[in-house]
Amino acid sequence: MDITTETTSSPPPPPGPGTTLASKGSSHAGDRVFIGLSRGSGIALLVIMAAIAAFLTYRTGLAVSKDEANFLTSSEWNPAGDPPVFGIAVLLFGTIVSSIIAMAVAVPVAIGIALFISHYAPRRLATPLAYVVDLLAAVPSIIYGLWGAVFLVPHLDGLNQWLDQYLGWTYIFDKTSDGPARNLFTVGILLAIMILPIVTNVTREVFLQSPKMHEEAALALGATRWEVMRMSVLPFGRSGIISASMLGLGRALGETMAVAVVLSPSFIISGRLLDPGGGTFAQNIAAKFNEADEFGRDALIASGLVLFVITLLVNGAARWIIGRRKEYSGANA
Amino acid sequence: MLAALFFVLATFAITTKVEGSRQGKDRVATSVVWVCFILALVPLLSLAWVTITKGIKVIDGYFLTHSMSGLLDTDEGGGIYHALLGTLEQVGIATLIAAPVGLLTAVYLVEYGRGRLAKTVTFFVDVMTGIPSIVAGLFILATWNLMLGFGPSGFAGALALAILMMPVVVRSTEEMLKLVPNELREASLALGVPKWRTILKVVLPTAIGGITTGVMLAVARITGETAPVLLLVFGTKLINPNPFEGAQSSLPLYVYEQYVVGTEASIDRAWGAALVLIAFVMILNLVARGIARWKAPSTGR
Repeated sequence: MDITTETTSSPPPPPGPGTTLASKGSSHAGDRVFIGLSRGSGIALLVIMAAIAAFLTYRTGLAVSKDEANFLTSSEWNPAGDPPVFGIAVLLFGTIVSSIIAMAVAVPVAIGIALFISHYAPRRLATPLAYVVDLLAAVPSIIYGLWGAVFLVPHLDGLNQWLDQYLGWTYIFDKTSDGPARNLFTVGILLAIMILPIVTNVTREVFLQSPKMHEEAALALGATRWEVMRMSVLPFGRSGIISASMLGLGRALGETMAVAVVLSPSFIISGRLLDPGGGTFAQNIAAKFNEADEFGRDALIASGLVLFVITLLVNGAARWIIGRRKEYSGANA
Repeated sequence: MLAALFFVLATFAITTKVEGSRQGKDRVATSVVWVCFILALVPLLSLAWVTITKGIKVIDGYFLTHSMSGLLDTDEGGGIYHALLGTLEQVGIATLIAAPVGLLTAVYLVEYGRGRLAKTVTFFVDVMTGIPSIVAGLFILATWNLMLGFGPSGFAGALALAILMMPVVVRSTEEMLKLVPNELREASLALGVPKWRTILKVVLPTAIGGITTGVMLAVARITGETAPVLLLVFGTKLINPNPFEGAQSSLPLYVYEQYVVGTEASIDRAWGAALVLIAFVMILNLVARGIARWKAPSTGR
């Protein structure tokens, strides 16, 4: 129905019509200028990407060479100290844990909503719903952060206490200190709410593309609606779901402001998710930036490089899965 | 929650008994899908509701037209004029940089791109879409500020925003150009029109509606970015209309600063600014989608 959602979220379709039009041997000056300009822009993008990687690596090199602690395993952050020590262990732990919580909560719910919009909801409800979900994906992250800190944190206190009381024996839900729920668990929930619209959007588009014939065939054989979903829609959409989750994961990993506003950070690795503390890469950069001197900034850039590499890997994996799906569905077309 | 759980279990038990286990599972799945949907609506509706009710109290003509100059954090009053100005300038500059580059890259990919370079560009545009905003901020910090020695300014922030915006523009423009029917290009070329004029006079005008939509959605996306602005623009209480020198402010940064201050008056201001920001982004989105719908038939589908 609307083209714009496709443009932002769908995988690139097969080579465009323009590629078939080879204008060979055109000697027009205008043509050459135009080709030069457009190719130049493409190359400029590549240069920017290369520059990002190169400069971040260079600065990281400056910082890490003076680091007295092990950059990867140390759980201290004091680049201004003498000797300077800093390591990313806490940040790595916090980033991964909060993202895993976000994924565990958001992906099943997103699949549910996507199924609801694409197959369960009455048509009249489905179109505006899809529209609203699109709009929600555009809400700035700082607003999620503000809402999370002012509204979500107090409302999660009850849930925290309940988890502590009944699931405290699992260690991860053991709450040892009182105070508001500014912990990794809350951050995970907030991230889940933030990535929900984008994951839902991509999944819904995939579900809508599932072959009508399969569904009708299943129905004709007497399958119930749920069996249709399980046998025809979900298997078709599996790689779509995976790549949507990866895109959501990429967002969750790099999210800065919402985490910075909600979490009360500390440099301790603790498996107790309900105790305040921990930190993520992006949150640490935002929080430590103002007080950092030039060397401290280099240290923050070093942690940013690690985040950059992680998100590259996640996004690369997502693209790879999307690419594979295209071949698969192409063979079936 | 508990009521929903009970309802699901009860339907399962009853239906299984009356109609068999397959129907039972079907009912449960239907209920679970409904519950998912309602469960997700709660936080999202609450977000909208809280922002609107808390923000509307603060916003008036004074709030929109005054800065925070000379105010203590605990004082009431003050406004967002300096932030609004900063946001508009930074986003404007970012768009001026990113839109032409993105557009030309998309033209290259669709009209000229073949072989390894085009594939590489496509791949890296995808990769670039996933760059966390704070990393883009750090990159500009490493080059513009630490290496070239410039201080914080609106322009530095705009550079980082442009990096975030480019891949989005490329992606959406590319999709739109691919929708232009090939017959139009062939007709134009057959009349002896050179390729660059064909692109400028036939292809781009046909796709202009979709391209505008894509650019506006990209603008909406970068308007809400806080992290690079925090690193590069620094924030100020005063009105600074010059984006090339000195710290500026911007709406998302203003929300963050006012929240961090943490007094009652400042949190009220944060909500007010949040509402203005969300309204700005939503209006951009709605207008963009409106254009997409209005222009959709002319793409020849």
